[in-house]
Amino acid sequence: MNIAIINYGAGNIQSIQFALKRLGYIGTLTNNETEIRNADRVIFPGVGEASSAMQKLKQSGLDTLIPTLKQPVLGICLGMQLMCASSEEGKTSGLGIFDIDVLKFSATEKVPQVGWNTIENLKSDLFEGISVGAYVYMVHSFYAPQCHETIATSDYGLMYSAALQKNNFYGVQFHPEKSSKTGEAILNNFLNSPI
Amino acid sequence: MLTKRIIPCLDIKNGRTVKGVNFVNLRDAGDPVELAKIYSESGADELVFLDISATEEKRKTLANLVLKVAEAINIPFTVGGGISSVEDVAVLLHNGADKVSINSSAVKNPQLINDLVAKFGTQCIVVAMDAKNIAGEWVVHLVGGKVPTKLNLFDWAKEVEERGAGEILFTSMDNDGTKNGFANEALSKLSELVNIPVIASGGAGCIQHFSDTFTLGKADAALAASVFHFKEIEISVLKEELKKQEIPVRL
Repeated sequence: MNIAIINYGAGNIQSIQFALKRLGYIGTLTNNETEIRNADRVIFPGVGEASSAMQKLKQSGLDTLIPTLKQPVLGICLGMQLMCASSEEGKTSGLGIFDIDVLKFSATEKVPQVGWNTIENLKSDLFEGISVGAYVYMVHSFYAPQCHETIATSDYGLMYSAALQKNNFYGVQFHPEKSSKTGEAILNNFLNSPI
Repeated sequence: MLTKRIIPCLDIKNGRTVKGVNFVNLRDAGDPVELAKIYSESGADELVFLDISATEEKRKTLANLVLKVAEAINIPFTVGGGISSVEDVAVLLHNGADKVSINSSAVKNPQLINDLVAKFGTQCIVVAMDAKNIAGEWVVHLVGGKVPTKLNLFDWAKEVEERGAGEILFTSMDNDGTKNGFANEALSKLSELVNIPVIASGGAGCIQHFSDTFTLGKADAALAASVFHFKEIEISVLKEELKKQEIPVRL
């Protein structure tokens, strides 16, 4: 299987490559349009700040490429947030794949949220074999509220989208590559999704 | 619901674990990668690697170790010890560390926190602080607690939060090594003062100490070394007991 990991100078890419390797796959780091288009699966990582990451996507033309992809695409953490309509972080527009605006957590809870939280209301083949209440590793200050594209929720002072899906596009707020066996199972589901 | 984290800490010197460990099933008790694997499989929520070597090859050795650890485990880990520049951090994160922890370098040059946050994001910058209670005032110390600074723990914590740090790792030098419990009064004050997660460190001796630091100390995570390394406390047993006491943990 040909797995492209979108390389735009953001994200803990090494960890994703290692996670794929532990599952018996090889991920290719790339920002090449043809390579990305021809891949069987595309992973869109991201760690850092939204507006500067969006800037990098625009500079390389990836902002117009990503929304047109036809194979299964998985956005992770900031990657998922950038797939939304906009983000309050740096007041930036997003790729507009998911129809929801990313907001900052209010100060009623500690920000960033750091640690293992549970996922509930699981609604997608991405979570096949995963129990409601399974633990995943989260580290973020911004969140996507619940919407019609929500396929998993978590609770951090309020219920928010732990994962989103629209057609072939998946986004997870948590880090499957750092979420122990649960994360590995979710990655495996993505790599074996039928779309 | 977000759970409280249990974090074993491994001291590293020249790429090897320093403090003795008591794992009979380890092929090489000095190999941090093997130890990390065992901890990640036994329910640790995160790991911290603290590099205490002082050789010229230190940076390279640590960078290589981070790469091996990242390859081997599927939980997050933090690397600290002698990190003093944006370049140091870039290498460690690139090699797969999830977070870095800075201590003395932040005290000497607080702007480093802002620079790291601007470049890598709040989520991966942990500021570690060692403090001692001197005549009623918690004073920040450097060099593993040997050298006092003029900084008050709480003022410093507030400052690092304002500069964008994502977490605070507070070690009480008064409690460290005593096995008499964490510095819960100071921890609780710290946790209420800042709105970023606080990791408690120093003093773990029994299961109740962890429970106390989460309830009385209001800590978001608890770090310990020897009680785990010498198997005085099994992480799975610890977490079961915390759950019985209605403290949220990942099981």
